[in-house]
Amino acid sequence: MRRFSLKSLLQEAASGHQGWERQWRAPEPKKEYDVVIVGGGGHGLATAYYLASVHGVTNVAVLERGWIGGGNTGRNTTIVRSNYLFDESAGLYEHAMKLWEGLSQELNYNVMFSQRGVLMLAHNHHDVVSFKRHVYANRLNGIDNEWLSPEECKAYCPPLSISPDLRYPVLGGALQRRGGTARHDAVAWGYARGADARGVDIIQNCEVLGLKRHPDGSVAGVETSRGTIGAKRVGVVAAGHTGVVMGRFGLRMPVESVPLQALVSEPVKPVFPCVVMSNAVHAYISQSDKGELVIGAGTDQYVSYSQQGGIQIINHTLDAICELFPQFGRMRMLRSWGGIVDVTPDRSPILGKTPIEGLFVNCGWGTGGFKATPGSGHVFAHTLATGEPHKINAPFSLDRFKTGRLIDEAAAAAVAH
Amino acid sequence: MLLIDCPYCGKRPEVEFHCGGEAHIARPETPTAVGDADWGSFLYYRTNPKGVQAERWLHGHGCGRWFNALRDTVSDAFVATYEMGKPRPDRDAATASTPSNA
Repeated sequence: MRRFSLKSLLQEAASGHQGWERQWRAPEPKKEYDVVIVGGGGHGLATAYYLASVHGVTNVAVLERGWIGGGNTGRNTTIVRSNYLFDESAGLYEHAMKLWEGLSQELNYNVMFSQRGVLMLAHNHHDVVSFKRHVYANRLNGIDNEWLSPEECKAYCPPLSISPDLRYPVLGGALQRRGGTARHDAVAWGYARGADARGVDIIQNCEVLGLKRHPDGSVAGVETSRGTIGAKRVGVVAAGHTGVVMGRFGLRMPVESVPLQALVSEPVKPVFPCVVMSNAVHAYISQSDKGELVIGAGTDQYVSYSQQGGIQIINHTLDAICELFPQFGRMRMLRSWGGIVDVTPDRSPILGKTPIEGLFVNCGWGTGGFKATPGSGHVFAHTLATGEPHKINAPFSLDRFKTGRLIDEAAAAAVAH
Repeated sequence: MLLIDCPYCGKRPEVEFHCGGEAHIARPETPTAVGDADWGSFLYYRTNPKGVQAERWLHGHGCGRWFNALRDTVSDAFVATYEMGKPRPDRDAATASTPSNA
């Protein structure tokens, strides 16, 4: 791997940028790997990267049905934060946050991580009480989160309207200053480049059709559209299609797949300094470095794999955006799209073993998986390398839907997040 | 937005409805006699098919009645709607009458 540096940039600038190599190979699949990862999104590529870089497991293949980063990795609204209520979630998302903070240097790839702050608005008494509880719980876990008055919210985010005449006036907000955004494509590409350089085979246009098993039931490999590939361990990281892949392996999963929509506006000059989220009126907004307002909408109410959603969902979010930020009332929207997210009953992910020996799963990130990409990959790589979960992801077992030991972030936030 | 054919009211826009999730899931008769795995399966595991699924819908801002529907989760097209208590019709996605994403 040729490292990016001032020297290499200057060299290439002098020669018309004709000398850059491809950032990852397009290898033919080998007969057998130590670990096969099903799904080449951010989480899958991060898993492969940490398998190689932390655990020295380099005989690894990432199998991707389409192209890497083409699913939810390229469709999310790029928000990163770690201010979750429960200890288990705080541990997992803060683990990711710490990795985010050094990620560009670690990967030698600019993921454009920008800690511009994530402000979560409260619009009613319940919000205020709930967010203050989050603030205190976060502090006990060593995670920065602070309570702002409406005036302090306005000072932090000047476009925000704190008029008492709003239908749902702003009563305050919880601010995580270390939160922010990152460039989602760069995350996938940076991990892919780093993994490839360490010997991982990234195999695109390769759909997994079934599981091969030894007579004792343990994993022997996978059947794919490009032939049979042997594997000692298989990790499924297929997001919205986890249920489909696991169904082909003969397993049911406690997830349902629903469309989640996002949209961007026409690009404008820098007007929006941070990320603002409002669960109560359902608005998520930030401004990309390109100048587009990046807006997250909600999920549809039904199971769907259509990668599109109802227009009323987008309208609902834009109503809230226009109310909170009156200056955006005449902006035009450029594009909207949907991604299919796999939602668990408690809105926490599943990271760990399955009933099949040698088969592991990393799924159920629902509407908020992007922020966890480095942490998820890091602990899932540990799980795949050792066969046992890392202590951070041990509580996120599939087993909890039998024992009842849920991590109920759904109840904690009262919305999808 | 989907157009949904309520068996009682006819075609109405989706915003009048609430989706109640997968249909035809029977609650175990005696929960105390069911093991943890089966109870967890009843509570948390759904079919989540990429294809036709039977699901419950409530016409909350209309007649206020529940009914069942067959819907293709790939195209979101409704294949059939039918009254509560009736068995699942034997139809597949090919018989979807109209694309519902009007």
